[in-house]
Amino acid sequence: MNVKTGSYLIFRSLCCRGHRQSASRPPKHVPRRTGFSPAAASKCDWIGPPDRLSNLRPIIYHIPENETPLERTLRHLRQDTEDWSHEFWTNQNFTFSKEKEEHVRSQLSSKGLSERDDDGRKRTLSSEEMAVFYKHFLDKNMTRHASYNREWYGRNFTITLLMARVALHNTWRTLTGQTRGTGREKGKST
Amino acid sequence: MYKTPCSRLTGVWKCLSRDGLVGVGVQQKLIANVARSHMSARRLIQLCRRDQAEWMTFQHLCFLKRQYVKSSSVLCQRARPKQEHVASVLDDRDDSVVRQVQQIPALKPEPGTVAPPCDPTEPEAARAARLEARQWKELKVEYSDLPGIYARLSKLKLTALVVTTAAAGYAMAPVPFDPVTFLMASVGTCLSSCTANSINQYFEVPFDSNMNRTKNRPLVRGQISPLHAVSFALACGIPGVTLLTLGVNPLTGFLGALNIFLYTCCYTPLKRLSITNTWVGAVVGAIPPVMGWTAATGSLDPGALLLGGFLFSWQFPHFNALSWNLREDYSRGGYRMMSVTHPGLCKRVALRHSVGLIGLSALGPVLDVTTWTFPLVSLPINLYISYLAFRFYRYGDRQNARKLFFCSLWHLPMLLLLALTCKKSRVPQDEAPVAPSTPSPAL
Repeated sequence: MNVKTGSYLIFRSLCCRGHRQSASRPPKHVPRRTGFSPAAASKCDWIGPPDRLSNLRPIIYHIPENETPLERTLRHLRQDTEDWSHEFWTNQNFTFSKEKEEHVRSQLSSKGLSERDDDGRKRTLSSEEMAVFYKHFLDKNMTRHASYNREWYGRNFTITLLMARVALHNTWRTLTGQTRGTGREKGKST
Repeated sequence: MYKTPCSRLTGVWKCLSRDGLVGVGVQQKLIANVARSHMSARRLIQLCRRDQAEWMTFQHLCFLKRQYVKSSSVLCQRARPKQEHVASVLDDRDDSVVRQVQQIPALKPEPGTVAPPCDPTEPEAARAARLEARQWKELKVEYSDLPGIYARLSKLKLTALVVTTAAAGYAMAPVPFDPVTFLMASVGTCLSSCTANSINQYFEVPFDSNMNRTKNRPLVRGQISPLHAVSFALACGIPGVTLLTLGVNPLTGFLGALNIFLYTCCYTPLKRLSITNTWVGAVVGAIPPVMGWTAATGSLDPGALLLGGFLFSWQFPHFNALSWNLREDYSRGGYRMMSVTHPGLCKRVALRHSVGLIGLSALGPVLDVTTWTFPLVSLPINLYISYLAFRFYRYGDRQNARKLFFCSLWHLPMLLLLALTCKKSRVPQDEAPVAPSTPSPAL
């Protein structure tokens, strides 16, 4: 399933890469979830292994009954940020690997060498030859990285603030002895 | 060996269509090569022995090609010592998936066609799913793990080094040793460093996930939430800076707060924007010994700046050599480091500052910080690191970079220790004999 979703993502990025130079929000929700689902009785969020394409760990959020609007906003923001980040890094890692292979191929062919040597091992370039590619990759993607950075800082900060508000809200409710689903109109501290 | 069997497979197909005998010869070689992959071997044998009148579709051939590459453990392009079939499914390196994905543009890139039936057969899929489910963890704080988590979050080893340099700064100051002030300065510096490191990790979660060196950090693994990390940082930072301001002196408190600000709000974002991050980082490293000195004397003397200068210059051979061997990770992660974008500058700066350490050591007696013996006894180690920096500059290869980095790890504590032993003693009636032996570098 990962390969299927991964290949779908790659297809999208191959088609859309010309249009998308900045790390903006994807046009629609990208399906990338694994088959795992936590036990119904679990009340926590669950975090999974690093995704193979983006190296980010997916999170499955627990939706409590009587979720407050604040909690819902937080959950949606976190999910959205996760998906947006996942898409950026998938694209980044794939592009990096692809361009690296192309660079190696072109360097080897300009030297007149085949891709594999007599033992059948893949030929590698020296660090200096690879360094040319690394520099080129960084320079080419500078604006994309900068805009991802800006947006990531903003989202991270907003998520943390929302988490703080939710935590304070829940603490206040606990302190004033209110249970979930009752007395939600009063007792909002922030 | 990796790609040719697949093209040989195509060759088999071509040969079968013309001359069965040639196909047989090639197919035997093929079968020998795939002996380890039972499923694919069986399929191939079936394929090759099939009636020549039965023609396969191109899609079927490519499916088999993918199957062959994916499930045969020998065909991985990078040498992997242990090859478990299931482990290759769950391997969190993206190489295997990217290779499969790279074959997709060779086909028509439609989602329908691309949905490959190369998922493992049912029992393996169930096993893979079960193993994957085991890797999912609850996002819940384990209280027994908290000390370890906090240690990793605050980069405790780095913090210890920072506190050591601050203690060295305190010890080098020409004032009587006051254990209370010393302790408060050390604790305050420790807490400030914990704060700075925690906020740094809080900011860098997706970048840390993508670099091998940092992918096991607590926030990346979800062991604590971002809010928890920020709360920990505030819980360290506010008492730390307060302790430095009220318990030591306002100047030290100011320097501590400035250092936190420089590290979290200047160095961390700059890492992705410009190579000047290295210079900012060097200033961040230089401030703790200055803080130690100001904690003792209460003023920014030239001696404090000299000690800061040692740390500032030392950062360059240290960091430039380290980053030289991490160029691929930095490039993929989007970090703008001199080693990637300006390699020549990287080597020059490392050499320049290594040689500069010799000059700075000579300033020790000039500024009355150390006796004249200090430049002499420190000359061997300074010459050695300059020599390694020169080799790094000249050859610029991984080996020399590694040597320079490891030299820098022992060079700094040695230099500080020598400075302590050569400390200029003050006027005899106020002599404090404890200074040379007090803080031994904890490395």
